[in-house]
Amino acid sequence: MGTLKEEEAKILETGQGEGFITTKASDLLAWAQKYSLFMYPFVTACCGMEFMAVSSPRYDFSRFGSEAPRFSPRQSDLLWVVGTIVQRQAPILRRIYEQMAEPKWVLAFGTCASCGGFYDNYACVAGLDKIIPCDIYVPGCPPRPEAVLDGLMLLMDKIASRDRTPATVKPRSDPREDQSLGLVQLRRSRPSTPSV
Amino acid sequence: MEPIDQELDPAEIELPTEPMLLNVGPAHPAMHGTVRIVMELSGESIERCDVQVGYLHRGFEKMCERGTWTQVFPYVDRCNYVSPMLNNVGFALACEKLLGIEVPERCQWYRMALGELARMSDHLTCTGAMAMELGAFTPFLWMIKGREMIWDLMEEETGARLTHSFGRVGGMAHPPTDGFKAHAEAVSAHILEILAEVEQLLLGNRIFLDRLENVGVISVEDAISLGWTGPCLRACGIAYDVRKSHPYMKYGEVEFDVPVGQTGDSFDRFIVRVEELKQSVRIIRQCLARLSDSGPVNVNDPRVILPPKEEVYSSIEGTIQHFKIVMEGLKLPAGEVYAFTEGGNGELGFYIVSDGSGTPYRVRIRPPCFYVTGGLERVITGAMMADVVPAFGSLNMIGGECDR
Amino acid sequence: MAKALVDLIKQKFPADVLEAHSQRGDETVVVYAPRWKDVARFLRDEPRADMSMLVDLTAVDFPDRTPRFEVVAHFYSLSKGHRLRLKARVGDSDGGNAEIDTLSDIWASANWAERECFDMFGVRFAGHPDLRRILLYPEFEGHPLRKDYPADRIQPLVPYREVPDIDKIPPFRTDEGMSFGRQTHAQRASDDDDLN
Repeated sequence: MGTLKEEEAKILETGQGEGFITTKASDLLAWAQKYSLFMYPFVTACCGMEFMAVSSPRYDFSRFGSEAPRFSPRQSDLLWVVGTIVQRQAPILRRIYEQMAEPKWVLAFGTCASCGGFYDNYACVAGLDKIIPCDIYVPGCPPRPEAVLDGLMLLMDKIASRDRTPATVKPRSDPREDQSLGLVQLRRSRPSTPSV
Repeated sequence: MEPIDQELDPAEIELPTEPMLLNVGPAHPAMHGTVRIVMELSGESIERCDVQVGYLHRGFEKMCERGTWTQVFPYVDRCNYVSPMLNNVGFALACEKLLGIEVPERCQWYRMALGELARMSDHLTCTGAMAMELGAFTPFLWMIKGREMIWDLMEEETGARLTHSFGRVGGMAHPPTDGFKAHAEAVSAHILEILAEVEQLLLGNRIFLDRLENVGVISVEDAISLGWTGPCLRACGIAYDVRKSHPYMKYGEVEFDVPVGQTGDSFDRFIVRVEELKQSVRIIRQCLARLSDSGPVNVNDPRVILPPKEEVYSSIEGTIQHFKIVMEGLKLPAGEVYAFTEGGNGELGFYIVSDGSGTPYRVRIRPPCFYVTGGLERVITGAMMADVVPAFGSLNMIGGECDR
Repeated sequence: MAKALVDLIKQKFPADVLEAHSQRGDETVVVYAPRWKDVARFLRDEPRADMSMLVDLTAVDFPDRTPRFEVVAHFYSLSKGHRLRLKARVGDSDGGNAEIDTLSDIWASANWAERECFDMFGVRFAGHPDLRRILLYPEFEGHPLRKDYPADRIQPLVPYREVPDIDKIPPFRTDEGMSFGRQTHAQRASDDDDLN
């Protein structure tokens, strides 16, 4: 169902009879989609604490338009899978994903959701992509809120360019080491080598 | 009236009804992610319910048996993930009890200060989440602001905001930073201001009080029989706080009060946590005053502590010591011990069984909120569906600790 | 304090105390398994013991001993402040016949603790009102905390997806995502080299 619609959109974009109006319309649609993502926070574990931090005013993902958590899969288009997925929770995750309507995206928040983390045991699923397809992987245990915002912006880029290939957020340089970036001045009082 | 209408009693012609089965599933905003409650409702009131946990069972106890004693620290961090330092310290104390060593004074004050900061983070999250679930979104954001300040401090000290893995058997991973005292004092002062604002907003609010008072009441006998400890038990009137009753580290030398509730309802649990936040600030200030600026943080015992890197690279003893501790794991003597501390939710105990090698034989964490959640059934049966949210929120079930 | 308690138990149940020792200040008493409930009830009802709280109940697996499992209960008295560890040994070498009486009618905390013990070890508690799995799902076979259950034997509830090359997802490129601070250390080093 979903893939069929994607192909139709591509035909609109790149087909022979592609017109200026239809390209602009699909760009407009993509712009609207990316700046109004209704999210379903499927929160299970410690990453939930960082999720609370990302949603609170300091890091604030609502400035990207993705503010409203809709606790119903029918009304949301971005599934945030936050925390470890254990075998017992897997059927529930799959059911929530299947209940969401197209177009839908999935963001794996944290290492446990991306690849299972250090819980390689009988109880955990080694990454949610074993159960449902995933678009963005944000590693970290738990990931820094800045990494989550990177992931969200990466997802917005992908929505804008109609790209469905999955991607991982990679680490960035520490702003503290490069003060010329003009970012927040962080106070560090620890010497670089620990002395016990 | 017809004759037939006059003979029949209205109660006789009522249709029989079946209770409605409602599944408040594991993916639910107010279920803290991982608890499923299957309830039989008759109208709005709950006749019976079945509380199902285990949707975050990550096999903590099995994972501990596969590494060394030091490799347990990241796992315990993720048990009670809102106050990870308390778990670190609790487990380190259990290992040190089995070894029979005591860490230097500076480390004890440091552990106490970090532990109380973690406890503040726990109580801020719990009270904020409770307020949010009742619709008061602003105090939640203020509490999260306070929590961010604590996490900034933790990041300065340990390197990580949430899951530090900072404790070690015999000390801590690093000594306190130079700016720790000033930063901690500033954070504590800010949090007291935030608390004053939150109290002003919430405690006079008729709706907030009506939804919490006399909701989710549990009797003292039930609470003790269910194994409740911590703020939930103190809200029922029992002044049992491990820090006062069985002082460990330097808790016997600091002055603080233990807030105790009266009725065992959700409001008492909420207010006990708010008061404990203020007491934690008191403890932190006393710890900072007594924390010395120099001196060893780790115990001087080559069996458990990694030597400084300069010695590892320059002397043969340092190399061997480092090698043995890293490859074989530090060896705890064979035997078993149960060490308990006051975690964010109550008596956090570690029962460890060692067979003398570097690999733990059995690590059992006594999770305070497992027993508290075991009492949830008793708390909500007979209550209304809408009372489940504040009652469950006031119990502070942390999925990582309950299911491990 | 707790030493007097051990003597009390030895006095009341002289034939049933198999061992009593103390390590690092913890008093431990090992009793004969069929008398488990009587000793426990004595601990609660006897005024000099007054063990009002069953703090924890668990088991330890010693596969090279018979009986195999050691059921361990920790008791605490709120009024007197003393603690005790009570143990009993049950179970054959293959894990069968691990039966012991329930304590859930004496302390309500035993209800869930015994369910977890059954779930993880397979120890059955006679007289328990509702002995079923608590942390794992009912379809799970085996008891994971036994030493002969391999930690990574998974029993998935939802069949895994088969996606080729799922683990070869590259991190996002410098032209994706945020417009500043995207460089890694290596790239900045090469940029510095270019500048110098």
